[in-house]
Amino acid sequence: MSTTLKPAPVSVASIPLTHGHLPRGAEILVGVVAAAAAGLFPLLLGWGLVAWVIVSVILFIVGLTVWSAIVETRRSATDRMVTALVWTAFGIALVPLVSLLWTVVSKGVPAINSTFLSYSAFRTSLDQPIGIYHAIVGTLVITLCAVVISVPIGIFAAIYLVEYGKGNRLARGITFLVDVMTGIPSIVAGLFAFSMFTAFFGAGYRAGIGGAVALSLLMIPIVVRSTEEMLRLVPDDLREAAYALGTPKWRTITKVVLRTSLGGIITGVTLATARIIGETAPLLLIAGLTTRTNVNPFEGFMTTLPVFIYSQFQKGTAADFELAWGTALVLVIIVLLLNIVARVIGKIFAPKTGR
Amino acid sequence: MNRTSIRKALAPSVAVLALSITLTACGAGNETTDSGSDDSSSAETGTLTGELNGAGASSQEKAMEAWSVGFQGLNPDVTLNYNPLGSGDGRTQFIEGGTLFAGTDSAFDDEEGELTAANERCGTDIIQVPSYVSPIAVMFNLEGVDSLQLDAATIAGIFDGKITSWDDPAIADLNPDADLPATDISPVHRQDDSGTTENFTDYLSQASDGAWPHEPDGLWPVKGGLAAEGTSGVVAAVTNGNGTIGYADASQVGELSVVDVKVGEEYVAPTAEAAAKVVAVSPPVEGATETDMAVEVDRTTTEAGAYPVILLSYLVACQTYETQEDADLVKAFMEYVVSDEGQAAAAENAGSAPLDAETATRAQDIVSAIAAG
Amino acid sequence: MATLAGVFIFLTIEGVPGFFQEEQFYKGAGNFWGYVDHLLFGTVLAATIALIVAVPLAFGIALVVSHYAPKWIAGPVAYVIDLLAAVPSVVFGLWGINLFAPKMVPIYDWLNAHLGWLPFFEGPVNPVGTTILTAGLVLAIMILPIITAISREVFTQTPVLHEEAALALGATRWEMIRLAVFPYAKSGMVSAVMLGLGRALGETMAVAMVLSGGGGISFNLIASSNPTSIAANIASQYKENTPGTLHVLIATGLVLFLVTFLVNFAARWIVAGNDRKMAR
Repeated sequence: MSTTLKPAPVSVASIPLTHGHLPRGAEILVGVVAAAAAGLFPLLLGWGLVAWVIVSVILFIVGLTVWSAIVETRRSATDRMVTALVWTAFGIALVPLVSLLWTVVSKGVPAINSTFLSYSAFRTSLDQPIGIYHAIVGTLVITLCAVVISVPIGIFAAIYLVEYGKGNRLARGITFLVDVMTGIPSIVAGLFAFSMFTAFFGAGYRAGIGGAVALSLLMIPIVVRSTEEMLRLVPDDLREAAYALGTPKWRTITKVVLRTSLGGIITGVTLATARIIGETAPLLLIAGLTTRTNVNPFEGFMTTLPVFIYSQFQKGTAADFELAWGTALVLVIIVLLLNIVARVIGKIFAPKTGR
Repeated sequence: MNRTSIRKALAPSVAVLALSITLTACGAGNETTDSGSDDSSSAETGTLTGELNGAGASSQEKAMEAWSVGFQGLNPDVTLNYNPLGSGDGRTQFIEGGTLFAGTDSAFDDEEGELTAANERCGTDIIQVPSYVSPIAVMFNLEGVDSLQLDAATIAGIFDGKITSWDDPAIADLNPDADLPATDISPVHRQDDSGTTENFTDYLSQASDGAWPHEPDGLWPVKGGLAAEGTSGVVAAVTNGNGTIGYADASQVGELSVVDVKVGEEYVAPTAEAAAKVVAVSPPVEGATETDMAVEVDRTTTEAGAYPVILLSYLVACQTYETQEDADLVKAFMEYVVSDEGQAAAAENAGSAPLDAETATRAQDIVSAIAAG
Repeated sequence: MATLAGVFIFLTIEGVPGFFQEEQFYKGAGNFWGYVDHLLFGTVLAATIALIVAVPLAFGIALVVSHYAPKWIAGPVAYVIDLLAAVPSVVFGLWGINLFAPKMVPIYDWLNAHLGWLPFFEGPVNPVGTTILTAGLVLAIMILPIITAISREVFTQTPVLHEEAALALGATRWEMIRLAVFPYAKSGMVSAVMLGLGRALGETMAVAMVLSGGGGISFNLIASSNPTSIAANIASQYKENTPGTLHVLIATGLVLFLVTFLVNFAARWIVAGNDRKMAR
């Protein structure tokens, strides 16, 4: 640490208290110059827009770093370079993400109307309009069941791993299973749930709860792993302070540890929920595909939004595709709402800190 | 105190619950009107009630949409669920008794004992009727060319990688009028195991006079080359490339140009009528029982106007069911599917070929014998 | 936990016969190893590409959100990225094959023309862009939200005191992040990457739809014929399964488990080496 904090060598004659600084707006200046310089290439060589952007960004990063290295110190130059790189990474990543979201939104919006949202796909004549109401209900019910199953299991397992079972055999076993399960292909989870439920309830048993179990298998590892990390980040000082006050362990965990890491845990759970809400294969297998609305997760076929999307794409005509994109948009919006609600709840319970 | 921690843990689920409650408070807009018609059950609509569940080939899904809607139109209190899991699962679930009927692209046979197992499940020989006949189009995307005539041997050469350029003499000889560029040919095949591939390779191996050295298989037998997932994947790949050629269910090729295939001395386009002709002249499979209408599709037919590159998909059911309710439902549904009305609905919705009169009559006879036992 | 163990046991029972099936079920490969080797290779290759691309980007975004960007940018961006975790893989697949893959073709042409001497870009170029590189990039986009969201959380959890202490000692912002934030967040970052990797390894539909699979082992990243991945292969072959092939498919799933475990084990081992010397 000491090496990096060594002051830059300065001449003894004039000891300035600050080193040189780039003028205000230096980034903008370099940016304009880089863009202009890179602009020569498309003009001279006939390159496309993409190449122009790439060259400008490279020139910008190099130019800013070199200038800063000359005027300022090496450390500031590194800092400026990393800042530029980080922002570039950010920009690069946004391009496909925005393109994807834009695709979903622009193709999905034309399909959405009140019939689409309030009708199910049940119809008695081909010229009747269909909607996705049944799939919205199915998605919410199955996801709710999966969350109810996996969140307590996941969080308790994580608490056990971090607070109680440091390194003992059970903890190692849980860690092993969680590690292995993170890469489980979703269809395998579906096969398991399918075999289990048909073995217990007969070969014709199809129900939303089976889908929820399959989804839990995919969800639990994510919840455990993310919660575990968040609990680890709670400083031991806090735990020790609580113990010093004579607080029993369980209360320390519920009142101090969980509260401190709440934001992170909620992010983990939301992510895991988002991950499973878009699953298709296991649900098709055990929860089936139906056109009627079904609110009972323990009996009967139940359609979810991704399964509906999949089946629409299979049918393959332009009208089917439009419904599918509309459904994808609805799914994204549902997740957006869940996200907001979860964050609001997280805020209410989170401890007041400086942030 | 403890309460808050539980609430915390369940925060997202509470959110879901809240949403689902608000939504489930009212039923789907269209279904409520249906339950209203219960009270004044009109004379024309059927009296069947209940759920009829089937599973199987996804190739039939678009036709099944027409059938389920039509069937529900006749019997508004019935829900028909068809799970497009694929032929394999359709057969497995039927054998295990999980579904009342199955849809499959390849007929039940005894290569892995599936036919015996299915017969055991039913207690009697199973019913197997052709339900969905659709031409498989060979479609291509080549700048400047929008019609092409090919014979089986040339198609086999292209898909086997023997013919690699569009101006190859083999293609030029068959298309004297076309202005063929020297573009490389990129054949696109299905990478998933599918009935379409099985039927297509079956055609190539039977009709190409040995130009196709591979056995018919649901999995593409040539190593390498462009592969795509599902019918829509193949269509997308052919559309996005130049010089690409692929095969897919004719109803899904969209804007792409399709090849006219040489049959006898003529070139035939993939139309529903041409496809239906082939089924009419195809002999039944060896050892087929009275109720098993599985046929060995005659790919080498020289019948005028027949198009032998077809996908033939079956519906499978039992002759007897344990309960009267199941038997009635399956019987009514199967009767509807093989009726003129049902076949016409599928033809309109999925572009499939209606069964010819003789086949349809025999199928009618078989399914109308379904009873409780 | 019992269910997780149950899955594991179930798969072992169902999968082990898959190692010793008759030859016909291996689709011309002869034995199980001949069937699974290129799948294994494809899985690892696609996941590696995805990680190489996604990890720096994800940490970059997470840093921007947690430490660089003003709040009015950071908040909405964090939302948008979380949302992407919910886009169904079918949609990723469609976007990949219809929009993304064709856009990549000119880039592959360029790579082939200028870097063709590298085995990776040997060509001939896939005319529709459905290469393993495209699949890897689509996977990268899919796992980006997971890695970003978790690392963002651990970055924000760094005690403010540590950060302020570093800044007070005259550290630049990057030095503060390198010396205060990263050591503290290390374990969490590794976990985030592992979860992302798990998704990349287990992803079925998106890979199956985007990738032109069925080829053998090859480092050529831009060709028409690519090795496919284990999970995508299960999805592709599952539809027409018979009891014999199903065992084989589940056995390939077991191999995937083994890979996941080995990678996780290695990661834990590396983290354990210098874990929490600074964090606690």
